[in-house]
Amino acid sequence: MNEAALLLEARNVAKRFDSVVALKAASLQVRPGEVHGLMGSNGAGKSTLVKIITGVFPADGGQIFVKGVARSFRSPAEARSAGIVSVYQDPALVPDLTVTENMRLASASVDAVRKWLAELGVVRLDFSLLVRDLPYPTLRLIDLARALASEPAVLLLDEITAALPADLSERIYAMVKHWRERGSAVIFISHRMAEVSALCDRATVLRDGVMVGVTERAHGSEERIVALMLGAETARAVASAPLTRSSRPKPSGAQAALEVRGLRCSPLVNDISFKLYPGEVLGIAALEGQGQDQLFDCVAGSRRYDEGAIFAYGKELRLRHPADAIAAGVVLVPANRLLALLQQRPIPENIALPAFGRIRNWGPIRTGAERTRVESAITRLQIDTRAGSELRRLSGGNQQKVVIARWLASGFKTLLCFDPTRGIDIGTKRQIYGLIRELAAAGTAVLLFTSELPEVALACDRAIVLFGGRVVAEMPVSEADEATLLRSAHGLAAPPQSAS
Amino acid sequence: MTTSTEGKSSVTPVAGTASKMRLLTRLRRSLWRSPALFFMPALLFVSLATTVGVHPQFSDFDLQSLAMGALPLAFAAAAQTVVVISGGIDLSVGSAMAVANVLAASTMEKASFGQSLLLAVAVLIIGAAIGALNGLIVVLSRIPDVVATLTSGFIWGGVALVILEKPGGGAPQEFLNLGTGTLFTSWLPNALVLVVTAVGAIWIPLSRSRLGLQLYAVGSDRIAAFRSGVKINRTRFAAYIFSGLFSAVGGLGLTMTTGIGAPLAGVYYTLSGLAAVVVGGVSLAGGRGGMLGPVMAAFVLTLIPTDLIFLNIDPNFGQVIQGTLIVTIVMIGGFVDMARNRK
Repeated sequence: MNEAALLLEARNVAKRFDSVVALKAASLQVRPGEVHGLMGSNGAGKSTLVKIITGVFPADGGQIFVKGVARSFRSPAEARSAGIVSVYQDPALVPDLTVTENMRLASASVDAVRKWLAELGVVRLDFSLLVRDLPYPTLRLIDLARALASEPAVLLLDEITAALPADLSERIYAMVKHWRERGSAVIFISHRMAEVSALCDRATVLRDGVMVGVTERAHGSEERIVALMLGAETARAVASAPLTRSSRPKPSGAQAALEVRGLRCSPLVNDISFKLYPGEVLGIAALEGQGQDQLFDCVAGSRRYDEGAIFAYGKELRLRHPADAIAAGVVLVPANRLLALLQQRPIPENIALPAFGRIRNWGPIRTGAERTRVESAITRLQIDTRAGSELRRLSGGNQQKVVIARWLASGFKTLLCFDPTRGIDIGTKRQIYGLIRELAAAGTAVLLFTSELPEVALACDRAIVLFGGRVVAEMPVSEADEATLLRSAHGLAAPPQSAS
Repeated sequence: MTTSTEGKSSVTPVAGTASKMRLLTRLRRSLWRSPALFFMPALLFVSLATTVGVHPQFSDFDLQSLAMGALPLAFAAAAQTVVVISGGIDLSVGSAMAVANVLAASTMEKASFGQSLLLAVAVLIIGAAIGALNGLIVVLSRIPDVVATLTSGFIWGGVALVILEKPGGGAPQEFLNLGTGTLFTSWLPNALVLVVTAVGAIWIPLSRSRLGLQLYAVGSDRIAAFRSGVKINRTRFAAYIFSGLFSAVGGLGLTMTTGIGAPLAGVYYTLSGLAAVVVGGVSLAGGRGGMLGPVMAAFVLTLIPTDLIFLNIDPNFGQVIQGTLIVTIVMIGGFVDMARNRK
């Protein structure tokens, strides 16, 4: 294929943010009529490359060619007029405007957006609603429909399926295939390998800001992609470090580290009860919006519940503030790392913060002891500290490690992990789950919600399934395969469906 | 392609199409979205009723004083509103008003009515230029709006003193009459007409234009606006130009209602205007609110001290009461917001 026939080409693109080099030599060749996977672990530079291609910020070096012509866009609007449109990782809709106003803002035709939304299965959306009142998955679909309405020649999707329920992801796959058939190109970024191998024709792999390989067929090349993403040494290390699982049976008479009894929190949590034992990882599987968010908020002390009781080691908790939960040794690792961290403060301060929260620790901080604890946590989790001065410069995976490290440094008994690996690459994911297993082996109780069902089997000892704000199933991990979980998560009354 | 059009997913909000929507639903929704739209007229009515209650001989003359008193404040509030909606804040509004005020008073003293109108246009242009300079500082240097406009406010305050060292100057009677006279009947003060027409003539077309939409978008979420193709810097720059323009109208209003130029008179209006903006239901975080609320709030804030004077309350104590009322109103707004977010 000669180069003139390429729809889009990035050649040796480089970009640095202060001391952090995001891209060194990123290259990408996209042909018409293909779905092109862009793969790489967190911090590999995928999002940066997308943003440079679409003019969010300028490149420090390298070139972008559109249909063989060198271009450099100064804004997403300029890129759009050249037929290059991206759906970014977070919704690009203005919260205080209505859907219609948002479309007008971006010069998108409301009728066209409505048509594409209907194709995506959203037929009865009220366009006069404020964006801030719409649920997140709907916003993603509106974002996508708006991008489609400008009929782009190259469509970039940056982790659009992350945190989307399975049924909506399916619709997006169908749309991507449809777009390919029209002779346009789709650049697809996702951490879900199954998605990429099912959907993509080819894949480009980035590692540390450098293009390290292109696979001509994404399907069947999963192992090669993983090897490229991780680099040869890391790949071997990960492969040779299977997750250790404590196989000892739970003593039936043991006291629960955490017991939730008859919890109700309107409108989503109706009646949830379960026990979590020390040394155990209890997985929670659920589709979007089955009450898992509220459950975690209640247990972590950041939301009041209407009825029910929560016990830690037999003692009922009065949770009126996250500090109450922390004092009882119950700590939260949220999916949105930004909610847990001080973006503009350095890493050590972020790690040490919860330890300050206790009143008896007021007064001078014993910096020596603090530094030791913080440093041991950083080393243990292999946090990349090059961007040490401000947390917001870290990649998502490294930020999540900081969240876990802070609890590691302050000591805790029960860890609540809410989708801790959302948007995190395989290498870091393995590290985080490995760490969770290690903590469990040391006696910590872990409650783990994950939006990716296969991860339940990977990391948990036992699983419960939530549907409609109730616990509808409980099973040991040996039975918690993806198909079983998926069926329960759709409600027992639902007809059986395949786990494709 | 095969997609289900059933829309069975639990995440799809269901509602009728806009055209089918009942008037009642629309009313309820707009009440929910901008409570100030309903709350402010009620508050204004209550304040007026209180005034009439404590001062039963309320006359056309009292109405004129009210309108004249509220005139500069209403424009200060309007100036601040545009910038606050776009996510900024302009602490130089009062100083810009002072510059417009003394410029008008010092140049119009011996002018004819026709000349004074031309001079007024020149003052408006200068006001817009002051706003443009503020906008340039904010956009180019990327220092926070508070810092940029607080410091530039010192400059304009100094410029006002350079132009007119102490209160003085004047303007032709016909020009003053624009702010002090009445139209058709003695119950329709020119000052009121001026506020309604000037704010309406600038704000209504602006809020319905693309630029208006962009102002709200930039104030609501700058990154999302940028990704939607909005030129952020240009929009914020435009907001400051409109702020300067409204400030200049306010300065001219000050000249009309006082008859002179006073270099220090404007300063008071920076913070009072900001109070009117907050009382009027505009979110200081940007992106939310409208023009009607702050302008009405300017009248309410003018009425409160008047009422206290009629009630023979010590003016110092009166300020405590006025402050308490403002805090109370803003707190109610905060509670309404909390209730809305909990929904």
